[in-house]
Amino acid sequence: MLVFVINRLLQSVIVLLVMSVLVFVGIFLIGDPTAMLVSPEATDLERQMVREALGLDRSMLVQYLSFMGNALQGDFGRSFLTGQPALQLILERMPATFELVIVAMGFAVLMGVPLGMLAGMRPEAPSSRAIMALSIFGFSLPTFWIGLMLIMVFAVQLGLLPASGRGPTVEVGPLKLSLLTLQGWYHVALPALTLGLAKAALLIRVTRAATREVLPMDYIKFARAKGLPARRIFGVHLLKNIMIPILTVSGLEFGQAIAFAVVTESVFSWPGMGKLLIDSIITLDRPVVVAYVLIMVFFLVILNLVVDLLYMAIDPSSREKVRD
Amino acid sequence: MTAAERPLLSVERLQTHFHTRAGVVKAVDGVDLTLRRGEILGLVGESGSGKSITGFSILGLIDPPGRISGGRIGFDGRDLVTLPEAERRRLRGKDIAMIFQDPSMTLNPVLRIDTQMIEAVQAHEKISRQAALRRARDVLVAVGIPSPDERLQAYPFELSGGMRQRIAIAIAMINRPRLIIADEPTTALDVSIQGQIIHEVKALCRQTGTALIWITHDLAVVAGLADRIAVMYAGRVVETGTTAEVIRNPQHPYTQGLIASVPSRETRGHRLYQIPGMTPSLLNLPPGCAFSARCAHATETCRTAPELTETGAGRAFRCWHPVGDRR
Repeated sequence: MLVFVINRLLQSVIVLLVMSVLVFVGIFLIGDPTAMLVSPEATDLERQMVREALGLDRSMLVQYLSFMGNALQGDFGRSFLTGQPALQLILERMPATFELVIVAMGFAVLMGVPLGMLAGMRPEAPSSRAIMALSIFGFSLPTFWIGLMLIMVFAVQLGLLPASGRGPTVEVGPLKLSLLTLQGWYHVALPALTLGLAKAALLIRVTRAATREVLPMDYIKFARAKGLPARRIFGVHLLKNIMIPILTVSGLEFGQAIAFAVVTESVFSWPGMGKLLIDSIITLDRPVVVAYVLIMVFFLVILNLVVDLLYMAIDPSSREKVRD
Repeated sequence: MTAAERPLLSVERLQTHFHTRAGVVKAVDGVDLTLRRGEILGLVGESGSGKSITGFSILGLIDPPGRISGGRIGFDGRDLVTLPEAERRRLRGKDIAMIFQDPSMTLNPVLRIDTQMIEAVQAHEKISRQAALRRARDVLVAVGIPSPDERLQAYPFELSGGMRQRIAIAIAMINRPRLIIADEPTTALDVSIQGQIIHEVKALCRQTGTALIWITHDLAVVAGLADRIAVMYAGRVVETGTTAEVIRNPQHPYTQGLIASVPSRETRGHRLYQIPGMTPSLLNLPPGCAFSARCAHATETCRTAPELTETGAGRAFRCWHPVGDRR
């Protein structure tokens, strides 16, 4: 087990290296950021001085090596725009995004799994058809549109919930959290619903498909032949077997949402990482973009590892494979 | 009739039909079966003869589009067909248990053996986990499983097919049911293990006075096991009687064909007998004897369905032209 975890972490180092090269080359090709940093009237000499100050005059290889050298010591460079350390900028915004995504995924799982199970148990029933029709809307309507509609109904017309920001925060160590206050929950409600709806819709379909696959199995019939109550058959025998696909999709969607909650964050002016990324790309703020991508790659690798460990908790035969 | 004389199970004119888009499939169409306490009945037939569906009907595990559309299933004085689902659930696994065909599919792959055994006890009794676990261990010993404590901690994939089937049998027996329905439980196993399991199940049923319906396509298997045999063809019981009578003196041409196709010492070196043709589609079955198309003795008369001819206590067949001795 420990060997497995260590192996996976070593693999993640390779992934990180490859990604750092790709991102670095990619952002090099996009263009020279000095144009964004100096005034349009600046002379060539002034431009040259800025370039030298930022180290942009050196070759790509030299720049990459010096970046990696610093990065290994935890220094991802400073933002070209604000001069703040890139890592600090990202970490400051991270709790906001995590809060939003965790609430959104919680909503998606609590909605999607039970509804998907219902739809899978009685595929012909009108209620099941209604659930499936709604789920098609759920993931085919664009996120920004759902967000705007929710704002219009709940914030503008009913005035029940705030439409922007994350409300007051409470400091817990270095982290600023808003979910510890009731106001925070009010603020997160609409953006989380917006972000979670499509994911709930997807989970409904995944759960339904898995349920329909597992229900005709002999072990479900055998469980019924034992005279088990329906609660136990569906809540244990069925649920434990459909957890694997649900977990896979939830994990992927969770990572997706963390890294790319940009649209929702923009619509609700949520002060998360997605907004930061977009701004940095527009201003060609290289250190922030590179640091962001590397942190996300690292996070996704860890997330996949956690999902794999959860597989083992659920499916005993996958544990066996690791032992070999 | 007092409770002691009354048969444990009496299935009368049972009909289980499947309403599909192509039409109504009459998988079970008028089955009669009687079983006394502690009796072992071999239910024999080809695939598609309705023998498994009969078993599932008795247990009340017919799923849509299937439905019990007629007849009655008397079990210890109650009609299971009209019994509410909540009551039926209480009977399942408690008074009537079932063993399935494929042991690699019957145990839940993600639950440990002890979980699957304890829940079977706790579904019917208010009993502590420890007490249920003790009972689980005792039944494992009874079905001949070595080092039961280790097996209880195992997951199904860690056990062999024979071991899994023994555990399924142990689960079926854990609540001391009055009737066990075994649906071809040895078909998926090695021949050597087959023999052991048949022997053990028979011994256990005799010991505990449990009645047993052993569903199989293999007449040879039930010959040494069952007290009585019922032969099914196309959703009906075509012949029934004590094992000795049915095997020694079959009346229905189909039974005779089945017996002739079992290899024996006399048939050594000869080509085995084969019943010509194949099982008819149960969709839009023509009226009359369903076997007539494959029967060497069929005549015009066979176009109308033969009535049940009873020739003695518990001995009956459905044929216009019985082939055996009429004594």
